[in-house]
Amino acid sequence: MDHQKVSILIVDDEFSVRDSLYNWFKVEGYRVDTAENATEALKKLQEGPWDIALLDIKMPGMDGIELQKHIKRIDKTIVIVFITAFATVDTAVEAMRDGAFDYISKPVDPDKLSVLIRNAINHRRLVAENIQLKQKVEELSLQDEIVGESPQVKKIQELIEVVAQTDATVLIRGESGTGKELVAQAIHAKSNRRYFPIISINCGSLAEGLLESELFGHERGAFTGAQYKRKGKLEMANGGTIFFDEIGNISAKMQMDLLRVIETKQFTPLGSNKIINVDFRVIAATNTDLEKEVAEKNFREDFYYRLNVFSIQIPPLRERTADIPLLAYYFLGKYAKSMNKKVTDISSEAMKILTQYEWPGNIRELRNTIERALVVVGKKNSIEEEDLNLHTLSKQDSTEIESLEDLERAHIQRILERNNGNISKSAEILKIDRVTLYNKIKKYSLQR
Amino acid sequence: MSYIDIVPIGKIEEATLITLKHNLFQAFKIQTRIRNRPIDLSAAYDPFRGQYNSSGLLVQLINDLTPETMKILGVTEVDLFIPIFTFLFGEAQLNGPGALVSAHRLHNPFYGIPENEEMFEKRLLKESIHELGHTFGLIHCFTLRCVMNTSTYVEEIDQKSADFCRSCEQEILRWRNEHLTD
Repeated sequence: MDHQKVSILIVDDEFSVRDSLYNWFKVEGYRVDTAENATEALKKLQEGPWDIALLDIKMPGMDGIELQKHIKRIDKTIVIVFITAFATVDTAVEAMRDGAFDYISKPVDPDKLSVLIRNAINHRRLVAENIQLKQKVEELSLQDEIVGESPQVKKIQELIEVVAQTDATVLIRGESGTGKELVAQAIHAKSNRRYFPIISINCGSLAEGLLESELFGHERGAFTGAQYKRKGKLEMANGGTIFFDEIGNISAKMQMDLLRVIETKQFTPLGSNKIINVDFRVIAATNTDLEKEVAEKNFREDFYYRLNVFSIQIPPLRERTADIPLLAYYFLGKYAKSMNKKVTDISSEAMKILTQYEWPGNIRELRNTIERALVVVGKKNSIEEEDLNLHTLSKQDSTEIESLEDLERAHIQRILERNNGNISKSAEILKIDRVTLYNKIKKYSLQR
Repeated sequence: MSYIDIVPIGKIEEATLITLKHNLFQAFKIQTRIRNRPIDLSAAYDPFRGQYNSSGLLVQLINDLTPETMKILGVTEVDLFIPIFTFLFGEAQLNGPGALVSAHRLHNPFYGIPENEEMFEKRLLKESIHELGHTFGLIHCFTLRCVMNTSTYVEEIDQKSADFCRSCEQEILRWRNEHLTD
């Protein structure tokens, strides 16, 4: 903080103190003013912001301690330093308890005053930075919000609002690509833990031994290759949220270990005998049918009930097609900005394809489709049908297609529909003879 | 002709004053002269603190300026204070005519070590230039070697030079151009 931008208000009933401090700070380059009593000080504080207020404790009328309370009502961030000729532990403690930064007793060693003011400026800068960072967190938490106006999405948004205010464990369920992690982040961002980290761990992507090490951390030499001590994700999430993605994929032993950690909020890193206490909120996600896994004894029932305290089911995109245009335009805006492209529209033909497509990969697939379209769109300002690369998989080609036979069946059905069941015309297009077409209609139980 | 007047307050070695007069002229390129004027030290004495009130002395110092006096520097051996501070090396009026320096804490014997005349004269010169610098409108400078860098311990006076940094020098030149015709 530049000295010339720092403002100091001196409040003291003694002229000599005001005058000498005024001159001292003036030659230091600060913006400085004085007030001889609390009334004058409050008037000056209301006229504009001040960085530091130096207050005499003993003043006629309202004393410094009382004045501090009034100042804090006007500006919570101002740094208050008390000056007193009656420096007793009691007054100092009272002043500090009420939020004063420090106190000095008269007469002051000039060097001590310089250090104190420097520290006060640093404190003020840190407070200002902290406020800015919190605002940034709030802004970021609003980004990548859950987009959609369908009743299903509105319901999810309501559930997020409700559960975010609690510390309950949340189980998010939904197909791959539906945005389970986004929901977890939204819950964290709206919770009181938002200024602490949210730590994600994909349980499905790590082998058991590695998952254990990732979660619990390890001491140096805990296993071959553990050359350094490493903090686990459970410890990193302290104060915040831990998000277990693909929780349905963890081993029975890990289920037991995690259940114990969630219950006790204690764990021991690998190779250590030190118990670590942690405080975190658990959010888990899965696209596995956990009830079936419990029934088949692949998933611990007690762990299932511990996770399934509050459940949020995210519907697949095909069940909320009304949101597709909103999502498509949301991703269009986002990627056009990041790619610096002036694409602002999606043609009605392209939108028809987007809304008719089944989206087996859900929102992630839609996002990737729009991102890809923006790469190939060239200099056009609108995404067209040919930019989408979804022609062969429109809605008529159901997601049931898995084998070549499925594909053949779907293709013949589409050609028949397009030609109103006309066998000759359809056979001609399919480049097979009519008998073969009849046989295939019979084989696949197709409708003409 | 305009001068920087150097006024001894109390007893000061004549040789010290003559050296200071010469060096201040070199520093500011403004004529300097030694003026003996009666200053009542006893009026500024605080028997409770055993020190002399700097602001009280400064008021006396600027009370009787001659038409030729551009700036006035009081030099004293007594220990100075202002009510808020335990001690002062000097005091000056920012953009005003008067400045005051105390040699009391610039002598080595104050810190229990043998006197070093050369070191003492350097310290006195640096503090005199520093306080007079304030009267030319200069505030404390962040450049460590600049004479306008703040010093609250004698070691800090020793670490800085007796010269202005480029930026402070420019300010002094600007002031000279605005205020001096000869």
